[in-house]
Amino acid sequence: MLRDITIGQFYPVRSPIHALDPRTKLAGTMLYLLSLFMTDSVAGYVIATVFLVSCIKLSKVPFRFMVKGLKAIILLLVLSVSFNLFLTPGTTIFELGFIHISMEGLLTAGFMAIRLIYLVIGSSLMTLTTTPNALTDGLERSLGFMKRFGVPVHEIAMMMSIALRFIPILVEETDKIMKAQSARGADFERGGLIQKAKAMVPLLVPLFISAFRRAADLAMAMEARCYHGGEGRTKMHPLRYTEKDRIAYIILFIYFALMALTNLLPF
Amino acid sequence: MNIIEAKDVLFEYVQRDENNNIEEVNEALSDMSLSIEKGSFVCILGHNGSGKSTFAKLLNALCLPKEGTVLISGMDTKDESRLLDIRKSCGMVFQNPDNQIIANVVEEDVAFGPENMGVPTDEIIRRVDEALEKVGMTAYRFKSPNRLSGGQKQRVAIAGVMAMKPECIVLDEPTAMLDPSGRRDVIATIHELNKKEGITIVHITHYMEEACDADRVIVMDGGHVVMDDVPRKIFSRVEELKELALGVPQITELGYELRNAGVPIPLGILTREELCQYLIPLFKKKGVGPADA
Repeated sequence: MLRDITIGQFYPVRSPIHALDPRTKLAGTMLYLLSLFMTDSVAGYVIATVFLVSCIKLSKVPFRFMVKGLKAIILLLVLSVSFNLFLTPGTTIFELGFIHISMEGLLTAGFMAIRLIYLVIGSSLMTLTTTPNALTDGLERSLGFMKRFGVPVHEIAMMMSIALRFIPILVEETDKIMKAQSARGADFERGGLIQKAKAMVPLLVPLFISAFRRAADLAMAMEARCYHGGEGRTKMHPLRYTEKDRIAYIILFIYFALMALTNLLPF
Repeated sequence: MNIIEAKDVLFEYVQRDENNNIEEVNEALSDMSLSIEKGSFVCILGHNGSGKSTFAKLLNALCLPKEGTVLISGMDTKDESRLLDIRKSCGMVFQNPDNQIIANVVEEDVAFGPENMGVPTDEIIRRVDEALEKVGMTAYRFKSPNRLSGGQKQRVAIAGVMAMKPECIVLDEPTAMLDPSGRRDVIATIHELNKKEGITIVHITHYMEEACDADRVIVMDGGHVVMDDVPRKIFSRVEELKELALGVPQITELGYELRNAGVPIPLGILTREELCQYLIPLFKKKGVGPADA
């Protein structure tokens, strides 16, 4: 069962969005997030909603998967909405004791909530439709220019993909060590949070030792297979833009232009 | 022609304390000389600490000898400019199948070597097809390595080396962590690569049974080669092997004990069929058939 844990949250179906180049999706997500903070008008939000909903429909990923990501930001959402709601000065529309809600506050709070929610759904859409590997590849290629500033882009991408490969192995190993220690009387279940955390310490030591040993082995295996950094490396599946990506970029551009135009509108 | 040529090799592991003072020096290999012929299947036996794994690492330039030379297809492993060529021509498979698979998909892992070598894309795809075919793992091409059994992972690792088109594969206890069926698969795979593709195999193991089918068996002890012969001759020297804390294959041991008990059969029997061949006439002579005859 532990073998089956999924890393990231990739949802495997075939859809036009899944078929896009990861670089297109990365750029699209970035532009979308940017556009959310650019607009301040109702028209802008309408366009952003239409765009997001059509992307979700195209991706064939059930909507409930998108909403999952929202759980993580509920606290942030509640906080920022209430600050905006109660602390914005302006024409009062509701007053009870010290509670005071203004028209402006209501609007800003509403927009803020929509922005945050779209932000999360927008980035979930990317991680749901792109495998972690493709995402790493896409990041490596699109951030390639940073090599010139001395950022080891290839190495970081390689580390990410190796980490992805070893997470399930280390999870399995943790499980094994836990069972071995339970068999000798260790107790991971009882006690409060602090006691449970303390019980984890003897677990970490063997886990780290084994992780280091694995790392040494892997490094040797990689060297034995001629690994010598990113230089002169080719790819079996190099990223290639296709017709689909061109269309996606055109749609993105139109969307972005529309969003920019909404700022000129009076409402 | 010799693909591997090691001459008077000395290798030591140096242990240092915090102040970088030498605490202990362990000679893993000393005065080791060995040459391996192209296309042969060689098994290296030895108990733990006999230097066999160290020797394997020297063949791939993962370790460099302190003294002496190691030549792979005529290239000196100390010559850094030939490093990639050496690793290309002499691939290596390690003991732990989990710790040598790099990618999250089988085909990508097989492609790792050629990718590092800078092979063009179409050629990589062709090589991956071919390598997976040769080890019989084509059906698992798009699977995650985490879902494979140990034996399958080890075959993927062999495919990963095959995709680099090596002349020689060094396998450092590739079956030590596998179950019997995985072990059989891996052994069958490397024998096939040796016969069909003519790839030189250096198989390091401590399972005596696996050494029976080799062209040549080398026994190591204390960093030297102590025996070097065909399997039959090696396994005839039962006492010597036992002194080195090594056994002989079960069937050889049975033959040896029978011979000691006075049954007239030769030493160094390697297979069950062979033993039967000697025993059945003896039964017949005495007028008793074998139990199931």
